[in-house]
Amino acid sequence: MHERGHIRRALTIWVIGSVVAVLLIIFALGPHMPPGTMTEEAKGQRFTNILLSAVMAPLALAMIVAFVYAIVTFRNRDGSLGDGPADFGDSRMQLGWLIVTSSVVLLLAGLGTYALYEEPANAAGVGAGGGQGPTPIQRTSHNRLVVQVIGQQWQFTYRFPQYGGVETFRLELPVNRPVEFHVTSLDVIHAFWAYQLGVKADAVPGADNIAFATPRRTGSFDIRCAELCGVWHGEMSDKGLVVAPSAFASWISSQRRQNAPATGQLPPYGRSYFPDPTGRAG
Amino acid sequence: MSVTTTAPPPPAPRTGWADVLRSGIVRGIVGAVVGYIVFYLIGRKIGNTIPYVADLDQNDPAIFIGYLGAVAGWLAGLGFFAYPLRRMAGQPATIGSERHGGGPLRYLGMCTDHKVIGLQYLGAVGVLFFIAGLNAMLIRVELLRPASPIYSPGQYLTIVTLHGTMMIMIMSAVVVGPFGHYLMPLMIGSGRMAFPRLEALSFWLVPIAGAILMSSVDFGGMAVGWTGYPTLANQANAGIDGYIVAFALIAFAMILNGLNILATVIHMRAPGMSWSRLPMFVWGIVATGALMALAPMVFVAALFMEALDRTASTNFYVASGGGSPFLYENLFWFFGHPEVYILALPGFGIVLELLPVFSRKPLWGYRLGVAGILGVAILSFAVWQHHLFVSGINSNLRPFYMLTTELISVPTGLIFLVGLGTIWGGKLRFEVPMLFALAFFFNFLIGGISGVFLSDVPSDVSLHGSYFVMAHFHYTIMGGLVFAFFAGIYYWLPKMTGVRLNERLAKWHFWTMFIFFNTTFLPLFAAGMLNMPRRVNTYDPSLRGLNIFVSVSAFLLGISMLIFLVNLVWSLAFVRRPAEQNPWRSKGLEWQLPTPVPADPFLEPPVIEDAPYGYGDPRAVPVIDPVPESP
Repeated sequence: MHERGHIRRALTIWVIGSVVAVLLIIFALGPHMPPGTMTEEAKGQRFTNILLSAVMAPLALAMIVAFVYAIVTFRNRDGSLGDGPADFGDSRMQLGWLIVTSSVVLLLAGLGTYALYEEPANAAGVGAGGGQGPTPIQRTSHNRLVVQVIGQQWQFTYRFPQYGGVETFRLELPVNRPVEFHVTSLDVIHAFWAYQLGVKADAVPGADNIAFATPRRTGSFDIRCAELCGVWHGEMSDKGLVVAPSAFASWISSQRRQNAPATGQLPPYGRSYFPDPTGRAG
Repeated sequence: MSVTTTAPPPPAPRTGWADVLRSGIVRGIVGAVVGYIVFYLIGRKIGNTIPYVADLDQNDPAIFIGYLGAVAGWLAGLGFFAYPLRRMAGQPATIGSERHGGGPLRYLGMCTDHKVIGLQYLGAVGVLFFIAGLNAMLIRVELLRPASPIYSPGQYLTIVTLHGTMMIMIMSAVVVGPFGHYLMPLMIGSGRMAFPRLEALSFWLVPIAGAILMSSVDFGGMAVGWTGYPTLANQANAGIDGYIVAFALIAFAMILNGLNILATVIHMRAPGMSWSRLPMFVWGIVATGALMALAPMVFVAALFMEALDRTASTNFYVASGGGSPFLYENLFWFFGHPEVYILALPGFGIVLELLPVFSRKPLWGYRLGVAGILGVAILSFAVWQHHLFVSGINSNLRPFYMLTTELISVPTGLIFLVGLGTIWGGKLRFEVPMLFALAFFFNFLIGGISGVFLSDVPSDVSLHGSYFVMAHFHYTIMGGLVFAFFAGIYYWLPKMTGVRLNERLAKWHFWTMFIFFNTTFLPLFAAGMLNMPRRVNTYDPSLRGLNIFVSVSAFLLGISMLIFLVNLVWSLAFVRRPAEQNPWRSKGLEWQLPTPVPADPFLEPPVIEDAPYGYGDPRAVPVIDPVPESP
């Protein structure tokens, strides 16, 4: 077959395959993409995951179709010892390829940056749910709930400075109220990963790592440590709850009552704590 | 070959067991044991004078000093110090292996012949790869069930760390070692490296580093992962000392190796071997050499500070003492990201070298391929913080690292374009090396595409630290580099050993490895997206079926590797069918030499007339003049 005929046929296969793949990704896979729709941040991440899949699938297919087509079409059938055509390259095609790949890359980087700085309506702040360190890009909401997440081997505890600095072993959050997580650690590096909330932030000793999330649905969510933190890292998991605002109010006041003696013993609320100057004790 | 003052070596005597016992490696082992004991005892005295150490139940300074003694004893036993000392004393000196002449014992000691070193690398890397692979099998045994672990958590994490560290350590030498050292000097027409004794040193540091790393099991293991982040590494038990020393030794070996490679390619090319005629494999090795010369020194500094934190109670990485764990994270990944391209770039070189031979077509876009390799190498220094997107380091820097990381897909895309253009319209022959090279493109495509998700901050927040990352880098390193390595093995081993491998077993090896590699790692993307973090020994029960499937696939993948091992031992030790001089009808310079390659392949300096890719070109001239004669 003529060279152009091969290219036309491969292109046809690619276009059909890409349309099918993109439709499948958006409509079949998309609704199940992690991490779900529990918070604004999770929705944003899910959207990015779908978008990247939909952009990358045609690119991956272009390569797979072209390689498979070449493998099937151009194999040496008769076992002859002759050589193929002495084709040393085509600079127009190469330039075109450079332009296409560079444009896709710049587009993706632009979209990623936009998603990072995008401001969800009535949310705590920007940053797509990731830990941003002590000086986040931007805070927006004024009625946000501040929760300090304290990693320690091998348990996360939660401190609520707006509620008398009470420290709890469980995490409950009110729905529709923006949350500002301050993640820190007492010993080694952990990572606070609230899967359905779309929040992941390293807990680093001596550091204050801020991440935002705005829950939109009630229900339970998984908390896991996502950074190797010692022998019981695998067991460092927990469940949290997003509840109605009234249920949160009664939960936090009962926690304050129960933990009042302990709260009095705690060091005053701070951005980080230094329990052991050698850093060696667990 | 090397600069010595002695007469030519005497004819090789018959070798018996007594000679083996006197070989360099045996003396090296004795030296290492003696060195460790002596220096450990000295170190214990020193350590006990430090009140802080005396309070602990482990004497870290003694262990560090002992390990350094072991390295010194190992090198002394191998004879690395004899040559400079005797020369300084004004006496004639020989390099260890020159006493053995051409006999097989030269493989068991210090030797400055690049062909011997290449095969030594192959042996050492093979052994370490086998051990690290067994660790992977143990990991998959543990993950057969979601709860009630089989090993203790400390044992499990030690297995994970050993697997990761050994793979990353030895993979840096898996192509550069055997192929880089054996073939690169032949491919540029020099017949030697620029610094042969340095070359021997960079090899002999590898086995002792592997031994020191494994010895950490005796010191309570190292439950820290291959990244070894403080402050977990500060509080870990003495096993981590072995990790620090072993990784530092490998980093030194990489620096020496990189400088040697750069000096060789810059200064030792044969007349006519201009930069525009350099084979693609050599370009891959040169780019790797540049990364190896520049990146690991930062890591050596990081490990040195970690060693001081553990022994001298400095606080480089301890927040309460004024240090910061971020310092280590930054230094580690400043090395760590170029390191993953130290792993990947030789693979690029191999596949681009092989495709023209089996497509019977010129390389489609030589300069584009070179630009791709160099572009990846340069960009690799500007992306390291994408490993730290959620760590809380300056949040406004993240768009920059997102951009640089995604930019890497442009030069990588060039490699794919050159590969595709080369096979398009060719006369493809699907010999085993070609199968592995084509599988490289498929696997690396999946690895690269998944990398785009990790480079995008919002996606990375949901995927960072999960099995998605683990699947991603196994697709790039195992699916990319290891497949390229096997392509190289089946392509070049006949030239290196003079023996043909069994083709039927090779095809079985390829198909089982390709299928079970994909069934092992493709589902792990899903595991990561469904909330399974890395390095855990328990996981959500809903992921049980998926993990059992992956484990069974992994065991089958292990069996696939055994097929290769059987083929290697069977073909090399029992059948020994002699290989032809140029079975692939390659235009490569190394294939114009006789098989097996003679000790001194270029009796007169060759003149290079052309790049080795002129397939189907009626104007093409023989690549080398004069063409060496077959025996």
